[in-house]
Amino acid sequence: MNLQNIFTEIEKVDPEVYDRFDTRRKAMKNFANLSGKLALVAVPLAVSAMFNKAYGQTTPADVNAVLNFALTLEYLEAEFYTKIVGSPGYLTASAAAQSALTKIRDDENKHVVFLKSVLGAAAVAKPSFDFTGGAGSGTGPFAGYLSSYAVQLAMAQTFEDTGVRAYKGQATNLQSNRVVLTAALNIHSVEARHAAHIRQMRRALDAAIPASQKPLKPWITLNYSGIEYPPAQANIQLSYASEEVTTQAGVNIVGLGGTFNDAKAASEGFDEPLTSAQILTIVNPFLTK
Amino acid sequence: MKKGIALPPDPEEKTIVNYGLPRRKMLKYFGASAAAITLYSACKKDDDDIITDDGVNLGSGDVGILNYAYALEQLEAAFYIQVVATPYTGITALETEYLTDIRNHEVGHREFFKAAITAAAPTMIIPALEVNFSSIDFTSRASVLGTAKAFEDLGVTAYNGAGQLISTTGNGPTYLTLAGKIVSVEARHAALIADLLSNGTFAATTDANGLDTARTPAQVLAIAGAYIKTKINASNLPS
Repeated sequence: MNLQNIFTEIEKVDPEVYDRFDTRRKAMKNFANLSGKLALVAVPLAVSAMFNKAYGQTTPADVNAVLNFALTLEYLEAEFYTKIVGSPGYLTASAAAQSALTKIRDDENKHVVFLKSVLGAAAVAKPSFDFTGGAGSGTGPFAGYLSSYAVQLAMAQTFEDTGVRAYKGQATNLQSNRVVLTAALNIHSVEARHAAHIRQMRRALDAAIPASQKPLKPWITLNYSGIEYPPAQANIQLSYASEEVTTQAGVNIVGLGGTFNDAKAASEGFDEPLTSAQILTIVNPFLTK
Repeated sequence: MKKGIALPPDPEEKTIVNYGLPRRKMLKYFGASAAAITLYSACKKDDDDIITDDGVNLGSGDVGILNYAYALEQLEAAFYIQVVATPYTGITALETEYLTDIRNHEVGHREFFKAAITAAAPTMIIPALEVNFSSIDFTSRASVLGTAKAFEDLGVTAYNGAGQLISTTGNGPTYLTLAGKIVSVEARHAALIADLLSNGTFAATTDANGLDTARTPAQVLAIAGAYIKTKINASNLPS
């Protein structure tokens, strides 16, 4: 956990952060000096306390709830990539693919560290995961994922696209705290970058993609998952429900600007949110009960 | 549209909102310089809220943010329209597919904002902007993809920075969600373009915490300004 990074982060989105933390910058400086001497374990709590103080209120319970929701998803992603990097399936992939999965793993781990540092003592503990999708049985539909690179990529794509939809769905619940909202948006777009790359990797591998949904794109076409995996087809589809919409805020996008803007293009141009309840339904099979 | 703004009578041909076939030929002959299209030479207004000597005023509040996004989407759409119309030397089928998709998305974004702002605040919508692509060599893969990457990364930071400027009441939350729907697609574009330039660099822009960054409208417009001939006045945007 790097305290200075967090302040740098906050300063980027809220140039007046130091003023907010304390109208006297000197006091802030004092804290910065002090923090260098704090035991590492104490720092997250201090950061959390400062967040609260800076915005003149206790961080609203719902903001913390959203952050913990996000943290849980990041725990899931971080542990998933940590498990697959180095696995037999992963070792069958190209060097470039291995490097990309490692980069994504590192990003997800950083997200965990970042969210934990923001939440401080309010951070939820990491749950136990069952990446077979068996809710703890270890025999779910993705059993064997460690030995199959194609299954790993299908799962990764689903997790990333789901993550994008999860953050998107929570944005309005973070509006009361501009710093947290911006940090969440800055994670949201990274998940989308990951999703775009995983989708390219799947296209290159050309495995487990339904013929009717080719070519697989870095963006989401209609409600296509682009994944053919009979053991968990319905579950996977939950992550792509309602992605096919082509009307935004009452505006029908189809045909706007030219005939090339068909339903596929119109749906691709806008990613859709999911509610926390929808996300939990998707994630639950991967949580050990 | 405010009275007195001389919008070209036929936007099909004359604005970057919809410049299509009639321009393509000309662009091929004149190359990049032709992209600095003069649209509003007859449109100097001193007595208008939107177009003044200080440039096109984006306005205030949520409508100002929508106009800000509309301006950026106009820029991106105009760029990709030309990229698709005049493919760079050596373009592959896969690159053509991707760049055409991105053009379609960006035109969709631009047209969405045009329609949404017109519906929400018809007197406040900014006009079509003049672009200036004279610094881009549309025959060069490196120039086109380099510019595309810059535009997409800029778009991501712009939307990420604008989220906190959107109001918490009225239509604000709806607009925030809409911005979220678009920014993740811009991030997908950014990742793809980065990968085309150098495979594996899809998220090379992330910082020490694994986060993308956010830019203020002033920071964004300072960068985008190099490609937009029309002067833009963002002084009334929320901060």
